[in-house]
Amino acid sequence: MQTYDLDASGLRGLNAALHAQAKDTNQTTWEIVNPKGSHAVAVGLDAPIEVTVKGSTGYYTAGMNKQATVNVQGSAGPGVAENMMSGTVIIEGDASQYAGATGHGGLLVIKGNASSRCGISMKGIDIVVHGNVGHMSAFMAQSGNLVVCGDAGDALGDSIYEARLFVRGSVKSLGADCVEKEMRPEHLELLRDLLERAGADAKPEEFKRYGSARQLYNFKVDNAY
Amino acid sequence: MSVKDSNDQALPRTEPIQSATFSNPINAEIRRAAATGIYDIRGGGAKRRVPHFDDLLFLGASVSRYPLEGYREKCDTKVTLGTRFAKNPIELDIPITIAGMSFGALSGPAKEALGRGASAAGTSTTTGDGGMTPEERGHSNKLVYQYLPSRYGMNPDDLRKADAIEVVVGQGAKPGGGGMLLGQKISDRVAEMRNLPKGIDQRSACRHPDWTGPDDLEIKILELREITGWEKPIYVKVGGTRPYYDTALAVKAGADVVVLDGMQGGTAATQDVFIEHVGLPTLACIRPAVQALQDLGVHREVQLIISGGIRTGADVAKAMALGADAVAIGTAALVALGDNDPRWEAEYQALGTTAGAYDDWHEGRDPAGITTQDPELQKRLDPIEAGRRLRNYLNVMTLEAQTIARACGHNNLHNLEPEDLCALTMEAAAMARVPLAGTTWWPGKDSSGF
Repeated sequence: MQTYDLDASGLRGLNAALHAQAKDTNQTTWEIVNPKGSHAVAVGLDAPIEVTVKGSTGYYTAGMNKQATVNVQGSAGPGVAENMMSGTVIIEGDASQYAGATGHGGLLVIKGNASSRCGISMKGIDIVVHGNVGHMSAFMAQSGNLVVCGDAGDALGDSIYEARLFVRGSVKSLGADCVEKEMRPEHLELLRDLLERAGADAKPEEFKRYGSARQLYNFKVDNAY
Repeated sequence: MSVKDSNDQALPRTEPIQSATFSNPINAEIRRAAATGIYDIRGGGAKRRVPHFDDLLFLGASVSRYPLEGYREKCDTKVTLGTRFAKNPIELDIPITIAGMSFGALSGPAKEALGRGASAAGTSTTTGDGGMTPEERGHSNKLVYQYLPSRYGMNPDDLRKADAIEVVVGQGAKPGGGGMLLGQKISDRVAEMRNLPKGIDQRSACRHPDWTGPDDLEIKILELREITGWEKPIYVKVGGTRPYYDTALAVKAGADVVVLDGMQGGTAATQDVFIEHVGLPTLACIRPAVQALQDLGVHREVQLIISGGIRTGADVAKAMALGADAVAIGTAALVALGDNDPRWEAEYQALGTTAGAYDDWHEGRDPAGITTQDPELQKRLDPIEAGRRLRNYLNVMTLEAQTIARACGHNNLHNLEPEDLCALTMEAAAMARVPLAGTTWWPGKDSSGF
């Protein structure tokens, strides 16, 4: 295992070393110590490596991740796993705003709570939050799945497109064009798989599903021309 | 029946007067709004008359100035963008770049033509709100990748393929507004690239999803640099609203290049009321931005690109004389490709418009085959021929700018300066901070604030 002291050796050296890992690298396991809330830790990774961050991080941890598994043994600042393409990012603590923003793929697991705008503009990513999510989560969410094992704040799924939202607890309010939808067998199956992969102790049957009413997809006019 | 006087003569009548306030175009818009129930959406930039580069003149050489000879003496046009932090700054042969325009708003052949023309002229082109297409990358020697609030098609692979990254905060046609692409243009390919259902009216977000202010922007730029190994210049593009402060904040956030777009700058589609009533004329943006760079001691270290209504080499030279390092063109480039060409007049008439006024780019029925996703209309644009036209146009603009610079005694376009200019109107004098023609004065000359 490679150990990197972020406080002592700096951010540029860390990301450069992680970017240098090829698909067939044998340095597959990395441990980052002394992150001390640093921003842009382990961003832009593109190799099947496992990175463990021993402590909390700042903005954009694991941003644009591909292939890699990043585990933060602490909490993460705003924009964790933003625009993730593939791989897995696990936050053992809480996540700040915009967790998983615009993510295209992969799995983001937040074992604590996520703040506002979790999954904003998500484009295919799967996000499982063991706790609660804040207001405006899944705003303009295009595709992918957001699973909330706790409660959701105000305006969940505002202006949502085709993403699927699953909430076990209460929803303070739904945003524009977001409605509760029927939970069909295929959704239960999907949810079961996501909960299992995220290590969440919950039953699919306890959740409600939310999605787009598709009433905002086209301008409503009397006589368009 | 006419009223007659006592001599059986018709009484003089008051001549019908069209209200300046309720003009025919205004009344037509009221009737249109009443009939449809939706605001007018169109493409392009502000059409209203605003103070512009036409209101400035170059003074040329005189007894105190020594001109250079025509096309024979050297007049350098090269510019390097991104010298502040990037390992690999962009070196361009000419200071005229192609502004960001999306695949989706434009056809694939149109994007290819932009790449071909720009590359042949030695300059860069820019992606738009829809991601990077292989055709565009393949035909653009220097390609700037826009990082937009929607993040459509955004991925780290394309980020690394780019020669520079442009973080778009806003644009001149609609500062504070997001993008708009109506369902007619959401083809299968566009829908796939944007990860959206086909045929919906698509609104791009007006603000970035994962940062909210200049302090956040600084961290976002750090992330982009870390992902790309600090190799690529990072531009920050803003719409012209508060140019002094926006420029200063972009510099503070770590930008290598500031792109400043005035209200004449075009958009693929937005509300007409937005285009005509929000933002500053391009002319009013330049001097405050340059002053911000000078106040921070980074003028020329952080390059300034000006866009919005650049049409001729004279406009290029005037923008550079006011302190810009380069300019960007969008609408003019489309016209060079063939947009609004009178050869399609019959079809423009069928669409209820005329060549030169066609701006319903969002409807996807462009007779010139440029602002469309219709496969048949797209065939009308030959990307090789259109690219040649764009190259020619860029070359002409460069020659024109050189002609003016030489006449003012400069062997480099970047040596043009405000002292080379005067203004024809009080408004232009105040905005450009150059003397009213024939005087040594401009409004606000003795004040330093904004």
